[in-house]
Amino acid sequence: MIAEVFASIPAMIVLTGVLTGSSAAILGTFLVLRGNAMLTDAISHSIVFGIITVWLLTGQSSGPVQVLGAALTGVLTVVLTEALARSRLVKMDAAIGLVFPALFAAGVILISIHARNVHIDVDTVLLGEIGFVWLTTWQLAGVAVPVAVVTLGVVLVVNLGFVMLFWKELKLASFDPGLAAALGFLPGVLHYAVLTLTSVTAVAAFDAVGAILFIAFVIVPPATAYLLTRRLWLMLVLAVALSIAACGLGYVLALRWNVSIGGMMASMTGVWFALALFFAPGRGVVAQAMQRRVMRLDHDCRALVAHLFTHAGTPAMAEENTLRALVSHLRWSEPRARAVVLRAHDRGLIARDGGLLVLQPKGRAEAEAIFGR
Amino acid sequence: MGLASSAIVQTVLLGAALLGAISGMLGAFAVLRRQSLLGDALSHAALPGVCLGFLIAGGRNLGAVMLGAFVTGALAALCMMLIIRRTQLKTDAALGIVLSVFFAVGVVLVTVIQGQGGAGSLGLMTFLFGQAAAIQPADLWIMGGVGLVALGLVLALWKEFKLVSFDPDFARAQGFRVTLLEAVLTVMVALAIVVGLQLVGVVLMVALLIAPAAAARQWTRSLGAMVGLSALIGAGAGAAGALISATTRGLATGPVVVLVATVVVILSLLLAPGRGLVWQAMAARRARARISDGRVLAALQSVARDHDDPAHRVARGVLATALGAMPAPARLAALERRGLIRTAHQPPDPSPHWELTEAGHAEARALSGAPAEPSR
Repeated sequence: MIAEVFASIPAMIVLTGVLTGSSAAILGTFLVLRGNAMLTDAISHSIVFGIITVWLLTGQSSGPVQVLGAALTGVLTVVLTEALARSRLVKMDAAIGLVFPALFAAGVILISIHARNVHIDVDTVLLGEIGFVWLTTWQLAGVAVPVAVVTLGVVLVVNLGFVMLFWKELKLASFDPGLAAALGFLPGVLHYAVLTLTSVTAVAAFDAVGAILFIAFVIVPPATAYLLTRRLWLMLVLAVALSIAACGLGYVLALRWNVSIGGMMASMTGVWFALALFFAPGRGVVAQAMQRRVMRLDHDCRALVAHLFTHAGTPAMAEENTLRALVSHLRWSEPRARAVVLRAHDRGLIARDGGLLVLQPKGRAEAEAIFGR
Repeated sequence: MGLASSAIVQTVLLGAALLGAISGMLGAFAVLRRQSLLGDALSHAALPGVCLGFLIAGGRNLGAVMLGAFVTGALAALCMMLIIRRTQLKTDAALGIVLSVFFAVGVVLVTVIQGQGGAGSLGLMTFLFGQAAAIQPADLWIMGGVGLVALGLVLALWKEFKLVSFDPDFARAQGFRVTLLEAVLTVMVALAIVVGLQLVGVVLMVALLIAPAAAARQWTRSLGAMVGLSALIGAGAGAAGALISATTRGLATGPVVVLVATVVVILSLLLAPGRGLVWQAMAARRARARISDGRVLAALQSVARDHDDPAHRVARGVLATALGAMPAPARLAALERRGLIRTAHQPPDPSPHWELTEAGHAEARALSGAPAEPSR
């Protein structure tokens, strides 16, 4: 039964994606909150240099030595970038943009030079080959398990353990680094720990999704979750759930359209983000537009009751307190005037009496409040 | 190939230098406005555009590719603006989202094109890491045209760009349309990327944008010189990278160009006069030496005053006690060379002694800030 699951190619591909997505989203939650998302960009590019260097030095293309060795490059990138920015010769953004392309370029050149005997080619760096993860397997308890699944499984457990162990500290360091430092929680050390784990995860995920698609798994699901909730634990759970859903749906669509599996999974995270951006309850673009419309209508309602109140009981009432007057005197457009009257009617502020608009007690109260009576 | 290759080499070199110069020129503004990473996001976002250009034109057509890259780059910039304005996500998250999602869509489109096979996919991969050797003579006209447009814009809006780059608030107060100018500058970053794609590819484009400008910034404090120098460095890195990659089999141009530019940056960071790290280290060393020399003179003078004898010879141990530690012999030798102190012997003590010369007394007084007093 278990052997069958691990022998099933689709299951292994989706499982690899899910493990990548979950490990990345757990760390990404804190990176997005701290405003360090672009360091992921730097790390995931420069580990290419680490991967090829470790391979040239030790001949290992997988296993703990390779993962940890290559991950060092990611940490090195961050250290170099921050040192360069501290020298004040260049700004932080330019420092990021100077360090990682150099390491990435060096990595790509090394791969090109050793193209004949190296296990990765330049295309893999960008595209990943999640479709072939089932080709290399290890024997675990008599079951052939893909290497990528084992590595990423270990990484997921480590990331999850780290986050659960340091939950309180991470939470504090994400929202108030100053207080965390004052209380002695060493937010700097924690910051580097998160970035080190990000490097390790990037290396482990490299064969599956390449250097750049990994960024999507780190940043996009947590950012999407951030649009949907204000609770840290819920944000983390949502981020993991969103990336799992992206992997499943991405795989199905990639098969249907015969396109890159990793690319489609990463694209799906983008689809979730776009949906959340527009339709998030309360905070999405659509909800914001609706709130603005309601606010504008209510503002117009106030103008309407004030207008009706001013002319109520005066000789001009028959002329002023009509829909036509709103258009000609207040210079509202016809649809706007209609919408306001409808809204005021719905809220029980006014009633219609023939062609005349008459204030109801509620509307009169609001007008008196406006005029301070 | 033989002799015919010289014309090809000329085309490639000219094209590479032109592309490098344009990217360098426009990159200067991106670096000054701290938009380096915007360049990174927009260049990754150009990938789906490149693919769409291939799909629509049915093959490698530089015009279609550049147009496609420009359109998706602009779309990416708009998406970023939407995310930053309408959500509470920070700018870096917006950059990362746009970069990775657009790139992912690009990867999907790459496989769509490869799935179609045939001539349609030829040359697509050269836009990932750049391949200057793929530049055709006809491409030079398109690049030259885009370059002229960019140069014209920079020259025509020089004053405005300068103001917006250094002090946007003041520019706004002076009634300049800052938002519009910032949009134009962002469009120019996209333009630089579109132009540079052929040379370094979507992944490393950010380096061609930033590196020449960051290097140029170290050498000068004037915007004109910086933009000019940045264009020169870009052209040099482009041409050198194109030459190296064209003569080495299987080497993409982009990484080579980036490494050449990185070397220029490292040299600039180290050596630039007045600003470079070596200069800073030398200045710090000189300052330390000046302070330590001053303390030696002051110590000698103070001992001489205590003995009420300007020519008092100070023993080694006394000097070491006064200073807390013995100064380096090289510093004492330097002071002696400058004629400020003199070695002397105080028989029967065989160890060296030091005394201040006239000039040394004057220098010590000047260092202590006391008015010059007539010698007693």
